[in-house]
Amino acid sequence: MRKNQFIEKVIHGIFLLLGLITVGCVLLITVYLVISGIPAIREIGLIDFLFGKEWASTAEEPKYGILPFILTSIYGTAGAIVIGVPIGFMTAVYLSKLASPKVKSTMQSAVSLLAGIPSVVYGLVGMLILVPGIRKLFSVPDGASLLAAIIVLAIMILPSIIKMSITALDAVPKEYEDASLALGATPVETYFRVSVPAAKSGIAAAVVLGVGRAIGEAMAVMMVAGNAANMPNSIFQSVRFLTTAVSSEISYSGGLQRQALFSIALVLFLFIMLINAALNFFLKREKE
Amino acid sequence: MLNQSLSVKRKHYETRMKAVMLLSGGLTAALVLFLLVYVLAKGIPNITWELLSTSPSYLTERIGILPDILNTLYIVIATLLIVLPLGVGAAIYLTEYASNKKLVGAIEYAAETLSGIPSIIYGLVGMLLFSNNMGTCLMAGALTLVIMNLPTIMRTTQESLKTVPQSYREGAFGLGAGKWKVVRTVVLPGCVDGVITGCILSVGRILGESAALLYSAGFAHALNGIIDGLQAPGATLTVALYVYAKEQGEFGVAFAIAAILMVLTLLINFAAAQVQKHFAKRRSL
Repeated sequence: MRKNQFIEKVIHGIFLLLGLITVGCVLLITVYLVISGIPAIREIGLIDFLFGKEWASTAEEPKYGILPFILTSIYGTAGAIVIGVPIGFMTAVYLSKLASPKVKSTMQSAVSLLAGIPSVVYGLVGMLILVPGIRKLFSVPDGASLLAAIIVLAIMILPSIIKMSITALDAVPKEYEDASLALGATPVETYFRVSVPAAKSGIAAAVVLGVGRAIGEAMAVMMVAGNAANMPNSIFQSVRFLTTAVSSEISYSGGLQRQALFSIALVLFLFIMLINAALNFFLKREKE
Repeated sequence: MLNQSLSVKRKHYETRMKAVMLLSGGLTAALVLFLLVYVLAKGIPNITWELLSTSPSYLTERIGILPDILNTLYIVIATLLIVLPLGVGAAIYLTEYASNKKLVGAIEYAAETLSGIPSIIYGLVGMLLFSNNMGTCLMAGALTLVIMNLPTIMRTTQESLKTVPQSYREGAFGLGAGKWKVVRTVVLPGCVDGVITGCILSVGRILGESAALLYSAGFAHALNGIIDGLQAPGATLTVALYVYAKEQGEFGVAFAIAAILMVLTLLINFAAAQVQKHFAKRRSL
């Protein structure tokens, strides 16, 4: 009996360890990013690093200002949200409320496909269609630009927004809608004035999820945004995002330049943690 | 009847919103259809037997993607072998063992955080954590992907564990079984569907992953067996696509790989839907 109890305790301990692995991983990632990100920030100075307008890591007198990357990431994400959210939201309302079951299930598999397509495939299609298209349409010298990145990102966040909004809209109690219809509202009025407000936390979570996806995307953006470290003054400029700033120099960098790349990753990580916290807040409210 | 009693303004609202919804839905559908047709049409003509069955050679200027296919396979196998016990174990701890609410909350928050971290950060951490210690190799990439896919396996397993009726556990306890025996004989068989779903989703994620692998697993195209392969740097299909398109301008090869990935994505989505349908039917019996 005593032996059995001992074995049970050992097994409990093993499962506890397995359970704690995720916490360990998050701590490990955080600690590693902080440790490798802090030295460069110290050397460059927090203000010069975050608000410096020039990034010239390989110049004779190197400059490490990442404001261009921060602004590009913010503008790029905002642009993707402005285009992607209305389309995704409207599609979700249509699929959740108006569409026939057959259309709904077909479209849901289509949206799953959109979510499953690897980001490099989006990048490839963007490189061959969007980039030349923008060059011709707006007669700019190079189509690899912020605008191309915004369009690619808008498409890439569509599935997250549609899926999560549908879940939220499907969860609205039928009684709410019945009551509204009984009071004389038309179906469409009911969807937008009753169902959507009732699902607003879930829809907010969908938008936040989209923000997280857009700000974290690297490869597709790398293939269409041009990657020059410019301030994003126009949407036709070749720009570098926080993500692509890390990936475009990491393979050949050394010394302070390499450390600065880790600092950029740390800044990106902080953005993501903020977004995660917001996402959690909305999801919790949705549950209630 | 209804329409007659509506004011013009409300009627306009009705048609306008309906039009916008249909337009958005149509746009999304058109987008998916266009991507599918475009990639397949540009890719399939470029898929030849030579491309699939050889490794690249600079001497004959031949491009083959066999090494990339094998690397993808190796990395999928290695990642799943490691992540499955970890993820399933964590899920079992959460649903069967854990009694401290705060601890459960912390673990779940950590899992959510992990699934929100972008792949480029995984790539960087994988490089620091694994590649700097064991060299840039497929195994370092696989370990990076293990952390990435842990939340997926955990979530799907947890969801299926919740459907195991509490009475089964109580029955087993009543017959005198210890906790471990209950987990082994009652709980584990009940989470098979969750594990399978988790595997399918993870394979999809691994196939599509590039940023996390580029700097942890590298981008060589050497032909290796699985044991040597895991210890050597190598590109998976997605990484190879990136390198061929961005660095070498070989768009034909890139589209061939893209078409292969597209077909695989379709297959994976189909498989996931079928598995879910199958188990939902069995559960309702």
